[in-house]
Amino acid sequence: MLNVSIYRYNPEVDQEPYMQDFQIDTQGKDIMVLDVLEKLKVEDPTLVFRRSCREGVCGSDGMNISGKNGLACVTPLSEAVKKNKLVIRPLPGLPVIRDLVIDMSQFYAQYEKIQPYMINNTPAPAIERLQSPEERAKLDGLYECILCACCSTACPSFWWNPDKFIGPSGLLQAYRFLADSRDTATEERLANLDDPFSVFRCHGIMNCVQVCPKGLNPTKAIGHIRNMLVRSAT
Amino acid sequence: MANIRTMSFDAVIVGGGGSGMRAALQLAQSGYKTAVITKVFPTRSHTVSAQGGITCAIASDDPNDQWQWHMYDTIKGSDYIGDQEAIEYMCQTGPEAIFELEHMGLPFSRTEEGRIYQRPFGGQSKDFGNGGQAARTCAAADRTGHALLHTLYQGNLKNETTFLNEWFAVDIVKNADNAVVGVVAINIETGETVYVKTKATVFATGGAGRIYASTTNAHICTGDGIGMALRAGFPVQDIEMWQFHPTGIHGAGTLVTEGCRGEGGYLVNKDGERFMERYAPNAKDLAGRDVVARSMVLEILEGRGCGPDGDHVYLKLDHLGEETLNAKLPGILELSRTFAHADPVKEPIPVVPTCHYMMGGIPTNVNGQALTIDSEGNDQVIEGFYACGEAACVSVHGANRLGGNSLLDLVVFGRASGMFIEQQLREGVDLKDASEADIEAAMAGLNRLNDSTGGENAAVLRAELQTIMQNYFGVFRRGDFMQEGIAKLAALRPRIENVALGDKSNAFNTSRIEALELQNLFEVAEATAITAEARTESRGAHARDDFKERDDENWLCHSVFFPDDKRVGKRGVNFTLKTREAFEPKIRTY
Repeated sequence: MLNVSIYRYNPEVDQEPYMQDFQIDTQGKDIMVLDVLEKLKVEDPTLVFRRSCREGVCGSDGMNISGKNGLACVTPLSEAVKKNKLVIRPLPGLPVIRDLVIDMSQFYAQYEKIQPYMINNTPAPAIERLQSPEERAKLDGLYECILCACCSTACPSFWWNPDKFIGPSGLLQAYRFLADSRDTATEERLANLDDPFSVFRCHGIMNCVQVCPKGLNPTKAIGHIRNMLVRSAT
Repeated sequence: MANIRTMSFDAVIVGGGGSGMRAALQLAQSGYKTAVITKVFPTRSHTVSAQGGITCAIASDDPNDQWQWHMYDTIKGSDYIGDQEAIEYMCQTGPEAIFELEHMGLPFSRTEEGRIYQRPFGGQSKDFGNGGQAARTCAAADRTGHALLHTLYQGNLKNETTFLNEWFAVDIVKNADNAVVGVVAINIETGETVYVKTKATVFATGGAGRIYASTTNAHICTGDGIGMALRAGFPVQDIEMWQFHPTGIHGAGTLVTEGCRGEGGYLVNKDGERFMERYAPNAKDLAGRDVVARSMVLEILEGRGCGPDGDHVYLKLDHLGEETLNAKLPGILELSRTFAHADPVKEPIPVVPTCHYMMGGIPTNVNGQALTIDSEGNDQVIEGFYACGEAACVSVHGANRLGGNSLLDLVVFGRASGMFIEQQLREGVDLKDASEADIEAAMAGLNRLNDSTGGENAAVLRAELQTIMQNYFGVFRRGDFMQEGIAKLAALRPRIENVALGDKSNAFNTSRIEALELQNLFEVAEATAITAEARTESRGAHARDDFKERDDENWLCHSVFFPDDKRVGKRGVNFTLKTREAFEPKIRTY
């Protein structure tokens, strides 16, 4: 039997959060953490978590799994269980709504701040805007972000300043548009980021890179933005 | 007294996937007060899982490509019950809709010329089937749905659409004239129930693949819009037509894109034989999905399946080389390693036909207006009610959808619905307000659930439902089996209506949502079962052992399921093209 310890909190009945222990028979199979949660929910319908695609592309089920942020649906028990114990908590640093469900408003607000859409004020051609494979390749490792918040909620700088530091996810997306040959708002985008907090609170701790379930590298993207800011200042 | 708050919008879109966000974008750009009700944050909608691409004749791979060839392929693929007028509209308008997405920033893969990269997909041809395989599916690597959905969300942020994220629409509110004037919805976070009032209600609620035990579909694909429409007494069309995707990962059900075969991968049986050469000598692995799925099942049934239980076949990709796989199919490498424990660079992926797509849905015209059929058999518009995307049956897919056509359907008809509603709103829409009793009626199901005391566990009932559908209404169907399945469903109905609510909290109560979703799944399943039994022929995805041939004399038509008396009626297929003569039904071979 696998021991599972899960963070519980229902604002309607609990004064404060607590850890609840469950036992589950996985029949020795290396199932995903999400499968464990689904099985437990059959027994305890009050257990609450988000999930959708169950294949690691929608970003719903980011949570803290045995101390590391990740997606429950693509984290097998073999990676998550230590000494026959699985510990599941909500992503850290943001308010908890209930159990494993966090309030992501601040995370989304930082995403919206970077103007996460293409800006190109030149008249659009009758067909697509042309982009070479080399120019397009610059977007690889950036556009794949699924907004799961595993990175930003693993970042101490984001914990301290979630209202002012854009955070790794938002900055990765900021660079996704700065790097796009079709976008013409580079100066405006850099000006919006040019303050002591938005970018420069990143101290290169690299927790974001450690936890990204899509293998992306926000720290590298932030480095590129820093260089662009320094260059545009001189 | 319906003692709930009312929120008012010019237009309300239920569903934050591709079609919903495309419709919302159109309306938000027009300045009308538009809200999207979505049970998950928009980028978590199932469109995100689409992989291989969006099929459209943009003439990038072949400068001489024509949308008319795409139209021909789609009509043939539909086994001739796709509405030709709608298919013509989709294929002709498609390029414009794709270029708009590109201008919005969608990161398509590129050719050396800098144009959008297109790959071959199943059922594609040049020159009306005479010019060999076409490459017409526009791709952003194998993450096209993700790229498309995020781009649409970003476009909606730019245009300041109102999002009611993590809200769940419960039921339709109808006025005294039987017109739709909004929905009752729950704010999942707080549990508050609200009447969301509007003159244009658009259902973009996606599919319902979760009626089957084995599906590529996300947990959230529970046919909520279909369930709501049926409970409101509105009919659904061609709902027996379910696509089984040839390549779901054995065991896990996760999708492996048809793009794998488009890039040169192929299926083999336990003898290592490329068996599709026998079933479809010309198109081979790129025949229609229904054809490939049936061939796979026959291989398995005839003892040539792979693995210790002989219950799947292999998709071979290793001959394409690591570099190509990394560049063209990076997502598939990731999925296969995670869910099949197989590295496609070195070994084949175990795959099996898996429920993937609902061709049927709420019948609509090309403007997205939902239709019912009057007593004389004529189409009748349901005032105030629209549908687009997988929830709708416009019908561009008929009895079998071609790969890459679902994303095109989403953007073309999301956009068309938005444009039509914009015009309607400008001209002025006059609908009677709902009475207290009308709102009460829409809350009855929810009240019943909230007040329930006994009942069985939703997850247990859901598993039972999925097993019935899997066993009795799968790739191959037979009348006596289906009748047995229908009887089992009838016995299940009262148990599902009486489902237990094991959590009465108002704070982010997902058990309540899952119970409501289960009831929607049941409505879809029952409509599927009854209609499948009624269609006594084999056509497209609907393959019957007891009626092996297509029967154009009796069934070259849509089926229409009426929920009030559970009756199956027929509706004519549109054979009127604006730009040329219609395509007459032919024997469908690949």
